[in-house]
Amino acid sequence: MSNAPVDHGRRRFLTIATSVVGGVGAVGAAVPFIASWNPSEKAKQAGAAVTANIGKLEPGQLIRVEWRGKPVWVVKRTPEMLETLTKVEGQLRDPASEEEQQPAYAKNQHRSKKPEIFVAVGICTHLGCSPTYKMSDFDAHVEGIASGFFCPCHGSTYDMAGRVFSGVPAPKNLMIPPYMFIDDTTVIIGADEGTA
Amino acid sequence: MFKNFMNWIEYRMPFMEKMNLHVMQYPAPKNFNFWYFFGSLAMLVLVNQILTGIWLTMNFEPSAERAFASVEYIMRDVDYGWLLRYMHSTGASAFFVVVYLHMLRGMMYGSYQKPRELLWIFGMLIFLVLMAEAFMGYLLPWGQMSFWGAQVIISIFGVIPGIGDDLTLWIRGDYVISGATLNRFFALHVIALPLVLVILVFLHIIALHEVGSNNPDGIDVKRPNDGTKIDNNVSDKFTFHEYFTKGGKKIIVDAIPFHPYYTVKDIVGVVGFLLVFCAVIFFAPEGGGFFLEPPNFEPANPMKTPDHIAPVWYFTPFYAILRAVPDQLFGAIFMFLAIIFLALLPWLDRCPVRSVRYRSTFHKWNLVNFCVSFVVLGVLGVLPATPTYTLIAQIASFTYFAFFGLLWLYSKNEKTKPLPVRLS
Repeated sequence: MSNAPVDHGRRRFLTIATSVVGGVGAVGAAVPFIASWNPSEKAKQAGAAVTANIGKLEPGQLIRVEWRGKPVWVVKRTPEMLETLTKVEGQLRDPASEEEQQPAYAKNQHRSKKPEIFVAVGICTHLGCSPTYKMSDFDAHVEGIASGFFCPCHGSTYDMAGRVFSGVPAPKNLMIPPYMFIDDTTVIIGADEGTA
Repeated sequence: MFKNFMNWIEYRMPFMEKMNLHVMQYPAPKNFNFWYFFGSLAMLVLVNQILTGIWLTMNFEPSAERAFASVEYIMRDVDYGWLLRYMHSTGASAFFVVVYLHMLRGMMYGSYQKPRELLWIFGMLIFLVLMAEAFMGYLLPWGQMSFWGAQVIISIFGVIPGIGDDLTLWIRGDYVISGATLNRFFALHVIALPLVLVILVFLHIIALHEVGSNNPDGIDVKRPNDGTKIDNNVSDKFTFHEYFTKGGKKIIVDAIPFHPYYTVKDIVGVVGFLLVFCAVIFFAPEGGGFFLEPPNFEPANPMKTPDHIAPVWYFTPFYAILRAVPDQLFGAIFMFLAIIFLALLPWLDRCPVRSVRYRSTFHKWNLVNFCVSFVVLGVLGVLPATPTYTLIAQIASFTYFAFFGLLWLYSKNEKTKPLPVRLS
């Protein structure tokens, strides 16, 4: 042991330096613990975006695509169907899509990127049943409107933009997933320009 | 022989010394009433939860495919499995009953006031961890209400601007609640949170014994020893640990040793509690649909939402506040504020008098207002949100928060009754 006086400045520097290095180590060691909570590769793959070919879609036709375990509809709307969107507005709960049930680019009257192509998650916002597409006999449920979606479970009705009618159990418009067009015939569901 | 053994231990670890300090020679005020049962009852329920919980893990399988079936297996095929599970599920509700009453006791007698602020904070942390523990435990049976309740609660974190969606994804570990969520909740429920809970309970008791127990009169039982003789002091009959008398600098007035006096008294509380607890376990284990909700007898189905989602009863007061606020983000903020304001009570209450017995009539009515608001919110939280109920919930949320605001305003110059010199 030397009898040299204690160098407080040096002692303080060493204490702080040790604490900082130790702290950085602790933060680094926390990374695997925190990151292991992220979705695993397997979960990510199961939740990845899906591609649908819409090249052969006839006017008025609906196809179903499965994304994250849910049915997603792609419908090619006819000009007549698009016309009804204005006609029904007085009977809707949320005609302007104020509720955040869609990405920003689908917050319009037709709730889609292209007016004629409609993409929506086919799950009723009431209790999660899947509504039926009524291409031409929807007027049995809403008078004077030829086409729309009808939920057989509790009778909720949606127009051709997935907007819910007033006076039915469902509280919100149908969910619109993020999607983007690769070309005229291919749509990717589950990813858009913002995420890709 | 035994004495030699104890001496051998004592030389190496201060076992009897600590037992004397915390149990046999700990001075507890002589006037504890039944409200003082709930602390020891909470510990009893904690032991019940840990013990039955360990036994349940022996047969439970934490996977989305097997969880529901393994709970049915426990209920039907494991010897006394039904009893272990009902003890655990009823214990969860009992835990909140005793903890809420324990907290109300603290509020009535001002047990959070100086110098017991840290004690109160530890108590609030215990309450928070307990809520997390109960919430995660409720997912494990993988029933419909487990799944959809968790869906609703986790989505509360989604309202945080900017990071909300990523945060919920991180909590779930998947795009929907899945086996990944179930497994991590299981790990947290059986290992992480119980450990934290036990440590917090330990700290709660250490903090309690440092400042001493409050009592229904809210006056101190330890006072500076100025040599004056105190008449009829029951404490003269007992030996208390010198830690509490500070080597004669303090005199203990109207307190009795925790053991045997309050251990025996607490046994009375335990017997009364177990009568009710066993009655529920054996005759109404589902608690009328409040302890185990009917939709939870169906396996979780991500494709089908139950008609009406309500959390278990002990969360409903806070859930009602969440729903009462029209904006999602502010709803979540107010829900957390409802708990944070409770934690801030030691600083919101500026009155030097602790016990409700000697405080103003206005304070008594304000405390009644708090209890009524809390119960009304609790009832509304299990009911569907109709416009009328939402309005009532908004009023009750307002009166709930008004309790704290009013308390802060009037407590500074409150007209109190004179405090007694000795415990009554």
